[in-house]
Amino acid sequence: MSVLVNKQTRLLVQGITGREGEFHTLQMIAYGTKVVGGTSPGKGGEWAAGVPVFDTVKEAVNATGANTSIIYVPARFAPDAILEAADAGIELVVCITEGIPVLDMVKVCEYLKHTSTRLIGPNCPGLITPGEAKVGIMPGHIHMPGKVGVVSRSGTLTYEVVYALTQKGIGQSTCIGIGGDPIIGTTFIDALKLFQDDPLTEQVVLIGEIGGTDEERAAEYIATHMTKPVTAFIAGQTAPPGKRMGHAGAIISGGTGTAAEKIAALREAGVRIARHPVEVADLVAETA
Amino acid sequence: MKLHEFQSKRIFARYGIPIPEGDVATTPVEAGAIAARLGKPVVIKSQVLVGGRGKAGGIKLARDPAEAERIAGQILGMDIKGLKVKKVLVDEAARIQKEIYLGVVVDRATKRAVMMASAEGGVEIEEVARVSPEKIHKVSINPFLGLQPFQAREIAFGIGLEKDLVGSFAAIAQGLYKAFVGTDASLAEINPLVVTDEHKLLAVDGKIVLDDNGLFRHPDLAEMRDLDEEAPAETEARLHGLSYVKLDGNVGCMVNGAGLAMATMDVIKLFGGAPANFLDIGGGAKADKVAAALRMILSDLNVKSVLFNIFGGITRCDEVAKGILTALEEVKPNVPMVVRLVGTNEEEGRRLLANANMRATTSLVEAAQLAVAAARGEA
Repeated sequence: MSVLVNKQTRLLVQGITGREGEFHTLQMIAYGTKVVGGTSPGKGGEWAAGVPVFDTVKEAVNATGANTSIIYVPARFAPDAILEAADAGIELVVCITEGIPVLDMVKVCEYLKHTSTRLIGPNCPGLITPGEAKVGIMPGHIHMPGKVGVVSRSGTLTYEVVYALTQKGIGQSTCIGIGGDPIIGTTFIDALKLFQDDPLTEQVVLIGEIGGTDEERAAEYIATHMTKPVTAFIAGQTAPPGKRMGHAGAIISGGTGTAAEKIAALREAGVRIARHPVEVADLVAETA
Repeated sequence: MKLHEFQSKRIFARYGIPIPEGDVATTPVEAGAIAARLGKPVVIKSQVLVGGRGKAGGIKLARDPAEAERIAGQILGMDIKGLKVKKVLVDEAARIQKEIYLGVVVDRATKRAVMMASAEGGVEIEEVARVSPEKIHKVSINPFLGLQPFQAREIAFGIGLEKDLVGSFAAIAQGLYKAFVGTDASLAEINPLVVTDEHKLLAVDGKIVLDDNGLFRHPDLAEMRDLDEEAPAETEARLHGLSYVKLDGNVGCMVNGAGLAMATMDVIKLFGGAPANFLDIGGGAKADKVAAALRMILSDLNVKSVLFNIFGGITRCDEVAKGILTALEEVKPNVPMVVRLVGTNEEEGRRLLANANMRATTSLVEAAQLAVAAARGEA
């Protein structure tokens, strides 16, 4: 009842010896995620958070059979870490790091087109299949296993929506934070495809925000390809044009990327629009 | 981070793009001296980081040094969309036959840089895109190959450029793409690129927007930041690692996470209020950062109530509560405050704030309603 991560996930933590890396590794293990090891160049042979540390991703994959990696390394080294994971044949790479230069991500994404690696992020909270595996930094306890797929460009706003769902007794199949940067590995459409094809996801929640046209493209896909009901909330209806609202990708420029346009496009595609994050749970409950 | 026109054009010149001769002046006398040195009619251009300078009267022609001095005197000190003009660019005036738009941006959909050109220069490209998108010619650039000569030619022929100019246009296009990559820009545009009476191409106006995340590679560019062009509170926020945008309303808000901060503003609006700001304290914020954030919110005299919306994950509610207490001691605000704490260490956080004379709730909707009512003086 999930996409991308589950009990078969064998997770490698890149940057495991850093403060964030070690802290979140312990949290992920406590949630029940199978963390098989970590990497930190020059610290191979040591242990961190109770798992073995390797110098390179290739070595770690050979020794542990890791199929997924999560990246906690600083922005200037993160593109290299993504490429290293892809080169070692990791199927799913989740990059938490915020602040990677956009043109570095342009190169990384161009390279990934020629591999079978899927990237989630960067600048994202990761993803979680409640009760099975948490590959990210979200508070695990607010989630609950169930049949609603959640995809979002935001972190804490997703927690807010998930918390509202769980409080209403509505569980989630998988929650994917795709990240707040302009260039990201997995887009709304990619995530919607996964949920549409997952037999155990019954409906989908999409949480968007101002900037770019990813929501508009998602609306087109929903109208033409999706049979499962979709509920959405778009943040930034009160955001002024030309100002970056925290996330690198959250900016209305040249009149495009407004919340109003996104809401109109999604509504046109038959998506129910919540007026505030908590109302998402009410709309989902009506459909369930 | 936006660069001024004169900064952008100087960068373009380093990449072989022809720009008019000229220099920057901060006084009318300097402007006159530059015009005298150029010995030709000049154009005096206000250097402020907003569009529509021409319409606002911030760009004017001057035939001789005396006129240049007089016009610079009018433009310097002028207010354009809330920004005071402190510098003018004095450029030799080009005799223009034709105006072209040429720009490079990051295209989120294709995850690549895209070069765009239009035979209609001098107007905003977004306007052209809306009204007549067929007039824009685009090429998608492979980041490992860069802009190829054939792509530059495709654009040149696409916009109907005369054959004898195609070679120099291609060189300018290549230079522009190299400038874009070389500065880690998210936008680099020449608007207009003109064909002069002498049948030469010249970059008359230019704009570069840098990717803030790339600035660590370019300390020289980072130094070009013009603090005059940033609201003082936004500068202070940046130095504290906070993300702050001032708005026009009266409900101040402090939130962890950008998406949730925007959503909180929206909820305030939904319940009949108006947010005074966007403020994201980021993940894992500690007490000192929270205190700085609160000082910033309260420095806005329009603020009539403050809403704290914290969804603890990496951020611990007790740390935020401590920061609020520290700030309250220092600032002694006299506006009502509403706090909504949920998540990691929420009980401890609420216990700390129990005596702080704040309204506490666990519901976002209720918190927003309380803050809006308080701003109206109803609480």
